[in-house]
Amino acid sequence: MLDTLVLSRMQFAANISFHILFPSITIALCWIVFFFKLRYDQTDNPVWMRAYRFWVKVFALTFALGVVSGITMSFQFGTNWPGYMEKVGNVAGPLLGYEVLTAFFLEATFLGIMLFGINRVSSKIHTLSALIVAIGTTISAFWILALNSWMQTPAGYEVIDGVVHPTDWLAVIFNPSFPYRFSHMLLASGLTAAFFVAGLSAYRILKGDTKQAPRLALKTGLVLAAVLAPLQAFVGDLHGLNTLEHQPQKIAAMEGVWHTEKGAPLLLFAIPDEEQKTNHLPIGLPRMASLILTHDMDGEIRGLNEFEGNHPPVKPMFFGFRIMVGVGTLMLLVSWAGCYLLRRRGELPRWMLKVVVGMTLSGWVALLAGWYVTEMGRQPWLVTGVLKTADAVTPVLPANVGFSLAMYLVVYAILMWAYLHTLKVMALKSVKVEEFETAEPAADGSLANPTSAKRPQGEYA
Amino acid sequence: MSIAANSADWLPVVFIGLMGLAVLAYAVLDGYDLGVGILLPLGADDEAQRDTMIASIGPFWDANETWLVLAIGLLLIAFPAAHSMVLMHLYIPTAIMLIGLIMRGVAFDFRAKAAVDHKLAWDRAFKVGSLLTSLTQGYMLGQYVMGFQSGWMAQLFSALSAIGVSAAYSYIGGAWLIMKTEGALQSRAIHWTHRAGRAALVGVVAVSMVNPLVNPGVFDRWFTFPLVMFVLLVPMLCFFAFAANEILLRRLPKLHDRHCWMPFVNVLLIFVLCFTGLAFSFYPEIVPGKLTIWQAASAPESLSFIFVGAVIVVPLILAYTVFSYWVFHGKATQLQYH
Ligand code: HDD
Ligand code: HEM
Ligand code: HEM
Repeated sequence: MLDTLVLSRMQFAANISFHILFPSITIALCWIVFFFKLRYDQTDNPVWMRAYRFWVKVFALTFALGVVSGITMSFQFGTNWPGYMEKVGNVAGPLLGYEVLTAFFLEATFLGIMLFGINRVSSKIHTLSALIVAIGTTISAFWILALNSWMQTPAGYEVIDGVVHPTDWLAVIFNPSFPYRFSHMLLASGLTAAFFVAGLSAYRILKGDTKQAPRLALKTGLVLAAVLAPLQAFVGDLHGLNTLEHQPQKIAAMEGVWHTEKGAPLLLFAIPDEEQKTNHLPIGLPRMASLILTHDMDGEIRGLNEFEGNHPPVKPMFFGFRIMVGVGTLMLLVSWAGCYLLRRRGELPRWMLKVVVGMTLSGWVALLAGWYVTEMGRQPWLVTGVLKTADAVTPVLPANVGFSLAMYLVVYAILMWAYLHTLKVMALKSVKVEEFETAEPAADGSLANPTSAKRPQGEYA
Repeated sequence: MSIAANSADWLPVVFIGLMGLAVLAYAVLDGYDLGVGILLPLGADDEAQRDTMIASIGPFWDANETWLVLAIGLLLIAFPAAHSMVLMHLYIPTAIMLIGLIMRGVAFDFRAKAAVDHKLAWDRAFKVGSLLTSLTQGYMLGQYVMGFQSGWMAQLFSALSAIGVSAAYSYIGGAWLIMKTEGALQSRAIHWTHRAGRAALVGVVAVSMVNPLVNPGVFDRWFTFPLVMFVLLVPMLCFFAFAANEILLRRLPKLHDRHCWMPFVNVLLIFVLCFTGLAFSFYPEIVPGKLTIWQAASAPESLSFIFVGAVIVVPLILAYTVFSYWVFHGKATQLQYH
């Protein structure tokens, strides 16, 4: 029988995994959409406006999914993890509160103006609204990652009567792993959105779209990815070094280091075996792990043997990490090859377009893999060294949690299908639209929408 | 520090005030857009009206819902013990409410983008989601007032409260539509508001009668001389507002659409009064009969940290909320969606 703890963990993982898919796109997509609008304001070139219009619709849809799944998240702490709030609520509460006060209202209010206000406010205010929404999503990531990082590497607190009390808020917010996690996450969002934009645009081109806008968007996506991918590898490396310092057991599990060793190899592949405490079929680069993690070929890496009974499960950590880095490497290769081809020929060949389409959702894969590594790597702790996951769970009956979990899973499956299906419908619809420049809005943005002659009232973008 | 020393006394009061503001703002703001969802007509030839109705809440619904996030966030920040207690008791209704919120939030966006033949299905989801959300919220209010008892009386009362809250949301939603639409839809909205208003009146009366009967503390508080003179003003004003609306709705629409905003203001007044009544009944208890705000409050260090932020940010939020309503003032049909 599944108990409340396992069910609650499954429910939390399901909810946050579903939620993060959408913010991971919107955080960066909003900046991209803002960029399109800004370029339009600067150049008056209608192609930018077209790109803006298509992508702002995609943005609105993605944002809506992010909002509704986020509201679910904000109830989770109370419904399933009352122990969490009782023990660390003094730290977690204000951080979540600041997110609502400084980010959610800002996003939500200016989103209305951004989506619906183009004829009601001046073009400048409209562009400014897009900027404010983008800033809002980024601030939101700031607070939630501050909290999450604090759970990984708590700082600036003392424990009085078993309850955590903050002593230094700056130390709480800028805890040791925060700068790395925040920048790594923003870059991850940038990469996710970049491939999302490039992939969907490549799909339109493959389906026979001859207009300029998807080409522009494709190029924007690829160039952005080409810049961010190497940065991400660099920041990821720093992030790993930081984790080695604060959570060495996590790195040992990620790298599959069973016994403390000097000159550890960098394993490209292996099958970790928890029973025999060894790796089967290892393929590795000798001494490279030591070099990367300690910047010394013969550096010592502490193995799992030093954390007996207090380290996370090895297999998911080991593979999760490799999936993330593998996808990151693939992103680098594809974006650079794409940019190179674009420069040489001005167009991508069909096979390359297909590759880019295949990468559309690659960001999601790397991002989820990364989060799972991070979060499972913290187990059995919920807040490292302060609170164990098992001590935080709700006394609610398993049947109730099972009920809510089942309900969420069904709804999420339907929504995911509807989301992907709608994206496809939107892309195909825009392929069919003719490129008649007259349908582009005049400077005041008052002309009809190019995508359909008799447009329903409620549609926007 | 002396401020820190007694901050444990006054900070919880400030925060319950803030939370009250958030709950009231939520009930009014998301109330009208949930109400619009409940009223959505699903007939085959109602599509244009549905479009207008949804357009009337388009720019606002997300920010409206954020008040709920703030309210639940403040409960969690300031009164973690109450937060756990309330949400654990209301585990299943909360989950169902969240499903309702999800349905309407996404249906709103999908309906405009999905293939044409799916639009009606999303509109249904929007209506059902709105109704589900309102009913569960009303049910939760009922449970809260009854101190989370589980007997059949409590269930019956919660069911009544579920219907009452849905009626109240329809009431304010209808009034919103009268203000934001014109022509045939406005006439329909007047009719809807009329009916919803009567149902809401029954609900309000029922809750007000049962509440002092089941909670002795509440009874004492309301019916102790000389306070009784003052506090009875609340139900009286409330009744007058209902009556005024009743008369007004019969006369609408007037020439040049005069007074189209008055029903909304009236209902707003009713909401504020009802809320004041409830707050008066329970303060300073945050979970009726179980916890006071001081027992449930979190550490003063935490409260003062967020207090500083709230003092700066809440006025800003109010300012740009007003800005956004100013941007979208006027009839919804004039909205241009680009
Ligand atoms: C790194 C980014 C990130 C992460 C890890 C999370 N969120 Fe989130 N969240 C956002 C980034 C974000 C966002 C970018 O701000 C959203 C997504 C939808 C949207 O696009 O805004 C958002 C929306 C959003 C909303 C709706 C806001 C609104 O009404 O506008 C709530 C209540 C939450 N989130 C709550 C949470 C909670 C309780 C989380 C953790 C347990 C969480 N989010 C993780
Ligand atoms: C956004 C991406 C995130 C993902 C994909 C994610 C994923 C997960 C997963 C898979 C678990 C379960 C681990 C296990 O049980 O082995 C977990 C646990 C948890 N995470 Fe996260 N997480 C994310 C972000 C966050 C954030 C931002 C917070 C809080 C600020 C958070 C708080 C928690 C809590 C409280 C648990 C405890 C429940 C549990 O252990 O199952 N997570 N998360
Ligand atoms: C290319 C080389 C990369 C390296 C060396 C790297 C390194 C790391 C490390 C060491 C962690 C775990 C840190 C911890 O748990 O303490 C991590 C987490 C994570 N990674 Fe990566 N990463 C890389 C690429 C990517 C890519 C391409 C994405 C997504 C597009 C990504 C998304 C994430 C996310 C979302 C997390 C969890 C949140 C966090 O801890 O920051 N990573 N990464």
